[in-house]
Amino acid sequence: MDWQALLLTLRLASVTTAILLAVAVPLAALLVLGRGRWLAALEALATLPLVLPPTVLGFFLLVLLGPRTAVGRAVALLFGHPLAFSFEGLVVGSVIYSLPFAVQPLVAGFAAVPTSLVDAARLLGAGPVRTVTTLLVPLARRSLITAAVLPFLHTVGEFGVVLMLGGDIPGATRTLSIVLYNQVENFDYGAAERTAAILLGLSVLALAVIYSTGQRRATARGGHRA
Amino acid sequence: MLEVELDARRGGFHLQVECRFAAAWTVIFGHSGAGKSTLLRLLAGLDRPTRGRVALDGATLTDAARRIWTHPGRRHSGLVAQQPALFPHLNVAANVAYGLTRWDRTKRAQRVDEMLALVGASELAGRRTVNLSGGQSQRVALARALAPSPKLLLLDEPFSALDGAASDALLERLQAWAQANAVQTVLATHDVSDALATSAEVLLLHEGRQVALGPAAEVLAGERQRLLGRLRDETR
Repeated sequence: MDWQALLLTLRLASVTTAILLAVAVPLAALLVLGRGRWLAALEALATLPLVLPPTVLGFFLLVLLGPRTAVGRAVALLFGHPLAFSFEGLVVGSVIYSLPFAVQPLVAGFAAVPTSLVDAARLLGAGPVRTVTTLLVPLARRSLITAAVLPFLHTVGEFGVVLMLGGDIPGATRTLSIVLYNQVENFDYGAAERTAAILLGLSVLALAVIYSTGQRRATARGGHRA
Repeated sequence: MLEVELDARRGGFHLQVECRFAAAWTVIFGHSGAGKSTLLRLLAGLDRPTRGRVALDGATLTDAARRIWTHPGRRHSGLVAQQPALFPHLNVAANVAYGLTRWDRTKRAQRVDEMLALVGASELAGRRTVNLSGGQSQRVALARALAPSPKLLLLDEPFSALDGAASDALLERLQAWAQANAVQTVLATHDVSDALATSAEVLLLHEGRQVALGPAAEVLAGERQRLLGRLRDETR
């Protein structure tokens, strides 16, 4: 078992999820509460990684963060090293790649909060930040959990972006998916089964968290699941 | 003094109102679809007019031409809609305290108790709002709107879930409180007895148009006759 790869994968997924929640909550709130035609363009941009092949996204990021572009040079200056083929580079790629998986559940959850409640909060003096923190987030708690769990899992199982942007550097960019790929390539099916079982277990555990939260809410409301 | 000069379109509906509410208590009377709720939302700042302005005691709250629009939370206005819109994740006391974030904890608690007592809902303080009846929810929504001491109180059929006696008693208590605290109040209703009971200035709306503005007895004379006629028919 490659414990180093497992720990790196979990660290990458945790950091990505934390950054995504910090970005996705205000972004989703803006998409739901904001006005203006430019919001449709913003939503399309935030959804783009969903339809973009991971290898294409990884390639674009590899070029963008490489030494040939001004962005790549500026970021390298900031971090002290190029972002391509580094853990920080993987975090950037993962955040962009998983953005729709955090934003979409939150948009759905925030949009389900009745407008009359948002109006009531505004009339009582709540600005956008207070409306989000005291009203939208508590009332869309399940969406928040989904918005944390889905990107976490998505990052754990990520392959295309990792391979393109990070390569296969032990301790820096070698995640469990890369390990699994290497094991299969080397016909080490026993090790590959164990690695796949860990990835599968993580997915099942995370989905159980999402659905048990929904079940508890339905029971608390005296409702039942269809 | 509330000065209103509004022109707003919502889909196929067109609202046009131009008047000054000089009285401390004004009733907007009109049948369903007259534009009462639309007008209250414009006064509260929840919607923006196509044209026009709203000013309270000389201070401009909305002016479409000058692109002035004061945020609903900074208008010192409170709105109680027919649907109470209580926050379901907060209990009754926390709902009433929501607009009092700048108050210190002791004063906030006192204010919550005071407002719940005013609307006859003291015993509900610790209750979850999802377990309240329609009438109880409307009382709590009223307490929540009154708590931050609004200068302008907008009421959109706020006691529709209360029975006649309870509604009359609460209306009487509310009128006394509004008078004592110099709160300009605008009550929207389609109930002619509610409009006549308050002896207020009445704005009569019909399909988005202002039909009349004046003392209730004058403006609602026709409605009063219609009501009396209906009562006569029912007793025969």
